[in-house]
Amino acid sequence: MQSIPSNKSNPVMKGLKHLRRSPLMLLVHLSVLFLVLLWTFPTAGLLISSFRDKDQLAVSGWWEALSSSEQNLIGRTDAPDQQVLLDGQYVLSGQIEDFNTKDKILRFGWTSMEPEAYLAGTIAQMRNGGTLTVTSDGHYSMKSPTPFTGSRGNRIFYTALASPKFTLSNYKEVLTSEGIGQSFINSLTVTIPATIIPILIAAFAAYALSWMRLPGRGILIALVVGLLVVPLQMSLIPLLQLYNTIGGFFGVSAKSYLGIWLAHTGFGLPLAIYLLRNYISGLPKEIIESARVDGANDFEIFVKIILPLSFPALASFAIFQFLWVWNDLLVAMVFLGNGEHELVLTGRLRELLGSRGGNWEILTASAFVSIAVPLTVFWTLQRYLVRGLLTGSVK
Amino acid sequence: MEQLTYSLLAVLLGVSGCVFYFFGSNWLLGVIFPINHVSNEKMAQNIRRAASIRPWLFLGPALFFLGLYLVYPVFDSVLLSLHGRNGEDFVGLANYQWLFNDNEFLESLKNNVMWLLIVPALSTFFGLIIAALTDRIRWGNIAKSLIFMPMAISFIGASIIWKFVYDYRAEGSDQIGLLNAVVEYFGGTPQAWITIPFWNDILLMVILIWIQTGFAMVILSAALRGIPEETVEAAVLDGANGIQIFFKILIPQIWGSIAVVWTTITILVLKVFDIVLAMTNGQWDTQVLANMMFDWMFRGGGDFGRGAAIAVIIMIAVIPVMVWNVRQANAQMEGR
Amino acid sequence: MTSSTGLTLKNIKKSYGKTEVLHGIDLDIGLGEFIVFVGPSGCGKSTLLRMIAGLEDITSGDLSIEGHNVNDIPSAMRGIAMVFQSYALYPHMTVYDNMAFAMRIAKEDKATIDKRVMSAAAMLQLTDYLYRLPKALSGGQRQRVAIGRAIVRNPKVFLFDEPLSNLDASLRVQTRIEIANLKDSLKDTTMIYVTHDQVEAMTLADRIVVLSAGKIEQVGTPLELYGKPANLFVAQFIGSPAMNIFNAESLRAGEVTRIKTKNGNEFDIPITSSTDIEHQTLTVGVRPEDFRLADEGSCMLSGKIIFVESLGEVTLLHLDSNESKEPLVVKLPGIISKQKGEVIYLKTDLEKTHLFDENGISLLY
Repeated sequence: MQSIPSNKSNPVMKGLKHLRRSPLMLLVHLSVLFLVLLWTFPTAGLLISSFRDKDQLAVSGWWEALSSSEQNLIGRTDAPDQQVLLDGQYVLSGQIEDFNTKDKILRFGWTSMEPEAYLAGTIAQMRNGGTLTVTSDGHYSMKSPTPFTGSRGNRIFYTALASPKFTLSNYKEVLTSEGIGQSFINSLTVTIPATIIPILIAAFAAYALSWMRLPGRGILIALVVGLLVVPLQMSLIPLLQLYNTIGGFFGVSAKSYLGIWLAHTGFGLPLAIYLLRNYISGLPKEIIESARVDGANDFEIFVKIILPLSFPALASFAIFQFLWVWNDLLVAMVFLGNGEHELVLTGRLRELLGSRGGNWEILTASAFVSIAVPLTVFWTLQRYLVRGLLTGSVK
Repeated sequence: MEQLTYSLLAVLLGVSGCVFYFFGSNWLLGVIFPINHVSNEKMAQNIRRAASIRPWLFLGPALFFLGLYLVYPVFDSVLLSLHGRNGEDFVGLANYQWLFNDNEFLESLKNNVMWLLIVPALSTFFGLIIAALTDRIRWGNIAKSLIFMPMAISFIGASIIWKFVYDYRAEGSDQIGLLNAVVEYFGGTPQAWITIPFWNDILLMVILIWIQTGFAMVILSAALRGIPEETVEAAVLDGANGIQIFFKILIPQIWGSIAVVWTTITILVLKVFDIVLAMTNGQWDTQVLANMMFDWMFRGGGDFGRGAAIAVIIMIAVIPVMVWNVRQANAQMEGR
Repeated sequence: MTSSTGLTLKNIKKSYGKTEVLHGIDLDIGLGEFIVFVGPSGCGKSTLLRMIAGLEDITSGDLSIEGHNVNDIPSAMRGIAMVFQSYALYPHMTVYDNMAFAMRIAKEDKATIDKRVMSAAAMLQLTDYLYRLPKALSGGQRQRVAIGRAIVRNPKVFLFDEPLSNLDASLRVQTRIEIANLKDSLKDTTMIYVTHDQVEAMTLADRIVVLSAGKIEQVGTPLELYGKPANLFVAQFIGSPAMNIFNAESLRAGEVTRIKTKNGNEFDIPITSSTDIEHQTLTVGVRPEDFRLADEGSCMLSGKIIFVESLGEVTLLHLDSNESKEPLVVKLPGIISKQKGEVIYLKTDLEKTHLFDENGISLLY
């Protein structure tokens, strides 16, 4: 029997192992690679684009981010007070203002009518007998029989081969002027309590449903399983009415952080109870009996034995709830206002999609800020997430 | 920052509130039914009484939240759907009558059915393929992580990611959307895909499939690994080839997990909202029930009757899965 | 032995719904006595133990510990401690914390806790492991921690639920000796030990309680059960390989009982019997080690060898015999050169021959 060290106990591996050295195996590698690329490209595009210069982002695909692109730009000569008289001609020369020295000028022109009339290095005839020449490295020389006047330099139109430019300015902009920074804080404000509060409530309920004698336990568990799939949409209108009534009664706004914390607690509980009950009821019975013989009552058993032993399940649920609340748009739109101090990241993204729909530098950077936190959670705590999924799906 | 302090304070208050409730009620129970310094008979009685009350103390807060936030609204929504826009005047089945004569609703219904047919099937399919393939290669875990990653991304974030992929620039200029660039590369004509009926539906579904395949993959990969090795070894000895083993030995043993994945994604599809809202807001024939419901909830100040009626329709679609889940869970509990 | 009472069970019954699993157990256990409940799985021995522990409700009957009825008293206040089959150590607590848990719940002061934990640890040679987690211990060490956790509570009654069944064979012998030592050092502590392993029962018990199908079959010292089993069930349950049984006709009752085996030979068994069993078919029981080789004329029974197990110190012969449907097993000392297929003739020590009436009850009782 041949043994395959890494995947010895894997039935799929085992079943198909005679394919291992065949060309089919190469096909497997290639198809997985293809699928992985298919799945990661969209996100990669977003990430790369968010760091690109906004002018380049608008004209070329992100997959070309590393190659140079042609850009039509406008620069100026130095101001006329820099002119010198040389051989009877007035001369202005130097580097085009704001010219990026890494770029290479291909063509230039001196009017907006003909912005690329001349190849770099050739001499262009201007009005009143003057000439202009621009070399590819951005150096210009302008001559005229009459003095240059005015306070600003002449405009020079040029087409340059722009080298790839990466910048953090998109992030700087969205975090400050587009309000993503504030929304980030708002999202945290919603998420932290809405993640932690349901855990304790659910853990106690899960323990009661696992290990305590109570009539109707089976019905209650069935109820939790049933509520697991009740669409949120069913709850929205009645709760909105209820919140309005309560808000009206106390003379406060119906939309508040307290309201959304409680709403997320309620909506998260079925999964929390289900997940934790699955775990807690699987703990060894003898440990709990042993604690009972040792004199612990249910409360002490819960606090001193169940809670510490349930850490993996608690972590799984916490991750689920965190991701769900952080990524939620619907509940936030219904139960939280639109003010600067209430709009969460998902809500802000939606607004930007409407108002800045074409500005990809804003959208990509904003989107990345909003998915950075869940992605970090994902990569660091994936283990618990997977475990949670496996115990959390109704089998 | 002040807000975060507020939020942390809420955590502190919420958690200590819970702790206080559980500790306090437990302590109170001890005071009402003392077990020290009483006769044996009294003690036994008190212990029994406390033991019959304590589970309800443990369950209390959970039952309160479940009742208020999920059970009561179900009944209230059904009631509201029989009332007018402000929820006061009783209109009988008028809202439903309106619904089934409303073109937007019929379109949503049609779209939802399409979503229901395509998204769970393709997600499960891709999940299964990827699970089976990645289990066989050394870098499989990294591949799985990367494919699983979209699970962590919000629907709205994913919508932006894909809107960028679908972006359209007028013919002649460079396409910056990946889809159109590919179309162009193969000699096609770039299109504003999002505005083209049917294809736009498919493109919206791609987003959800992209997100959900990772979920399907994780569950099915675990299921594949849980298959007893001996069954595969026996099939190898019986002369089955790789493909036969996969379809005749492995797949039949993971039907349960496939069903779980399928139903879970089905439920999710019924509730899909954010993607449509962000990508098209229901324009160009892409409306779905959840988005339409949200729309009516706020349209012209909100028509709660019609909104609730749409919610009830979604609920009705969910009920078969709900019943199935509850049965499964009951069977599982009896098995223990 | 039963100078003062440790534990009394009076007509204890247990039902789950309509199914009665224990049909009225009566038992007096003396103070400091080591009692073993033994029986096949499903006989109710563990349920009985768990009822004594307070982990199962008592459906009816009286349970008292040192004279006090404890039917409704919670486990922790019954003065019992229990060692579980899976040890049930708290996985997130160190050995020290495991042993201290019960006393901390009872709010004992720190010094007392420390003193008791340390002395139990010294007794069980756990001192070096006090600050380890259970997962860093071997099976035998975990078992000792479980025992230590029970000892520190200073219980009146010590309960063991199949404590050795998770250990491998060699460790099992060693731990058995440790438990025997524990019994000697805790003279006033009543111990109840549940097992399905009769070797454990025979070696540890002051008295054994044999249970079957929710009833007590016999209570007695190990040698009583071996030498004078009250019925066929006990006779076949105690001893390994099990006692052989076959039928014989009783010819005459009295001071000795005359029986006739199927081959026509007659024997006088020194067991007193009453005349109402005359001419009945009796069941004769003979332990494998009580057979001797004989010649055809004086034999009690004969059989063809179907299987030979030579273990060196003894030889086991499996026989196909006309006398019984089951193969007979004969255990003979030393190495016996007999082949498969040979026919051999057997007799027994008549003093060590057991007789049971039609209901399977021993004629001794």
